[in-house]
Amino acid sequence: MTSAYKMEVENLNAWYGSNHVLIDINMKIKDRAVTAIMGPSGCGKTTFIRCLNRMHELVPRARVTGKVVFDGVNIYDDNVDPTWVRRRIGMVFQKPNPFPMLSVYDNVAFGPRIHGIRDRKLLDKIVRQSLEMASLWEEVKNDLRRPASALSGGQQQRLCIARALALEPEVILMDEPTSHLDPISAAKIEMLIRKLAERYTIVIVTHNMQQAARVSDYVAFLYMGKLVEYGPTKEVFERPRNELTEKYVTGKIS
Amino acid sequence: MYVALIVALIPLFSVLFEVFKRGVGVINLDFFTKPTPAVGEVGGGVANAIQGTLITIGLASLIAVPIGIVTGIFLSEYGDSKLSSIVRSFNELLNGMPSIVIGLFAYMLIATKVGFSVTAASFALALIMIPIVSRATEEALKLVPATIREAAIALGMPKWKTTMFVALRIARRAVATGVLLAVARIAGESAPVLVTMGYWKWWFAGLDRPVANLALNIFLFAKSPFENWIALAWGSALILIAMILGINVVVRLLTRERSP
Repeated sequence: MTSAYKMEVENLNAWYGSNHVLIDINMKIKDRAVTAIMGPSGCGKTTFIRCLNRMHELVPRARVTGKVVFDGVNIYDDNVDPTWVRRRIGMVFQKPNPFPMLSVYDNVAFGPRIHGIRDRKLLDKIVRQSLEMASLWEEVKNDLRRPASALSGGQQQRLCIARALALEPEVILMDEPTSHLDPISAAKIEMLIRKLAERYTIVIVTHNMQQAARVSDYVAFLYMGKLVEYGPTKEVFERPRNELTEKYVTGKIS
Repeated sequence: MYVALIVALIPLFSVLFEVFKRGVGVINLDFFTKPTPAVGEVGGGVANAIQGTLITIGLASLIAVPIGIVTGIFLSEYGDSKLSSIVRSFNELLNGMPSIVIGLFAYMLIATKVGFSVTAASFALALIMIPIVSRATEEALKLVPATIREAAIALGMPKWKTTMFVALRIARRAVATGVLLAVARIAGESAPVLVTMGYWKWWFAGLDRPVANLALNIFLFAKSPFENWIALAWGSALILIAMILGINVVVRLLTRERSP
C-alpha cells in the first residue's frame, strides 16, 4: 500500500462503438504528484481520464478492457461499485458545472450529503475546509447562500474543485479545467493545482503545452490513442525520446 | 396585416364577448354556493358541478401524473431502446385518439363493472393526460445539460438518483407546465365524461357514482327549455373559460421565470 504509485493502468483499451480510441495504454501514476496528459485534439486524452473513474462507460456503446489498479484494487473488477470508485477518485470538468439550482454551500455539501452525512456542524466544517482548500473561501464566506450560478466562471470552477474535495478523494482528475477561463482565472487554478498536489494525486488533461510544463511533475504524450511518451516533465520537454513527442513539443504537430 | 389580425381575432372575441355578456349576469354568491336547481325553481347555482369537476380532474391527475412522469423519465433516459420506441409510438397514438373513443374504452373497461361513475370518467381523462405529461417530462429532461448530470455521477451518485433528484429537479418547472396544460385540456372535455358517467344533478356521492361536471352542464342546460338553466349554462361556460385562461396564465408565469 505504500507504493509510490497511486494508480496503475495495464493494457487499457477503450472504444466508442467500433471506434477504437485508446490502444494498449500502460502507465503508472505517481502518488501526490501532478501528471499531465497532453496531445492533439482527438488523441484520446479525455477518454483516458474518464476511464480512470469509470465515467467512460456512461456513454452509450462505450467499452473498456484492461485494468486500472487503484490502491491495489482493479476498479473494473466485477465486484467493484462504480459509485465507490467515483467517490474516491474525484473529477473536475472542462466547463465549470456547478449545480445551478443550488447555493454555494449546497454545491459543496452535495457529495457528503448523498453519502449520508447529515450532521449540520460536520457539514459546515467540510464546506469551509473544502472552500479554503480550493482558495475560494475568502471570496464567498459572507454569502454561502447565494446561488452558484451567480459566481464568475473562474469562481465556479474553483467551486467545482471544492465540491470534489468535499468527498476527500485520493485522486482528482481534471479535464482541461482552464480551457473555458480567462488567463487570470486560469493562473489561479494552476496555482491551486500545485497546492493540491501536496495532498492529492492529480491527473490533468491539457492541450496547452505551457500549462503542462508549468503545473506537472510528470507528463504523458498521447497520439492517436497510443501512449507515445511518459516521464518527468522536464525530461520530456527538454530531451524527448520519441520523434513524435519532439515534433509536438516544438509545435510541428498540433 | 392589421386586417388579417382583426379577421383572426373576430371569432375569438365574439365568443368571449358573447359568453361574458350572457354569463356574467348569473354569477353571484349563489352561483358558487348552491347546487343545480330543480326544474321550475328560481336561482340555484353550479357549486356541485364545480366540486364534481375538481374531483374528476384531481382523480385523473392522481392517476396520470405519476404514470406520465415515469413514462417521460423512461423515454428520456432509456430513449434508445426498442421498448422505448414502442412506448413512444403508443404515446403518440394515444395523443391523437379522439376523446370519445377513449371514453368508450373507459366505459367498457370500468363503467360496465363499477357503473357510470367518477372513477370511470377520471380514468378516461387520465388516458388523455398521460401522453401530454410524459411528452412534457421527456422534453424537459432532455434539456437538462449532460454536464450537470455528469457532475452528480462523478460525485458517486447512482444514475437513477441523478435522474430523480438532480435532473427532475432542474426540469420541475417544465414538468409542472406540462401537467397544467394537460389539466387545461381535460377541464373542458365533455364527450368522454358523457360516455363514462353521464349527467348528475347532485353532490359527490361516492367514487362509484357520477359527479356533476361543468362541461356537461353546458351541454345539458343549454338544450333544456328552462330559462334559468340556460342562464346557468352560460355561467358555467364563463367560469370554465376563466379557469382554463387562469391555468394558461400560470403556465406563462412558470415558463417565463426560468432565467437563473
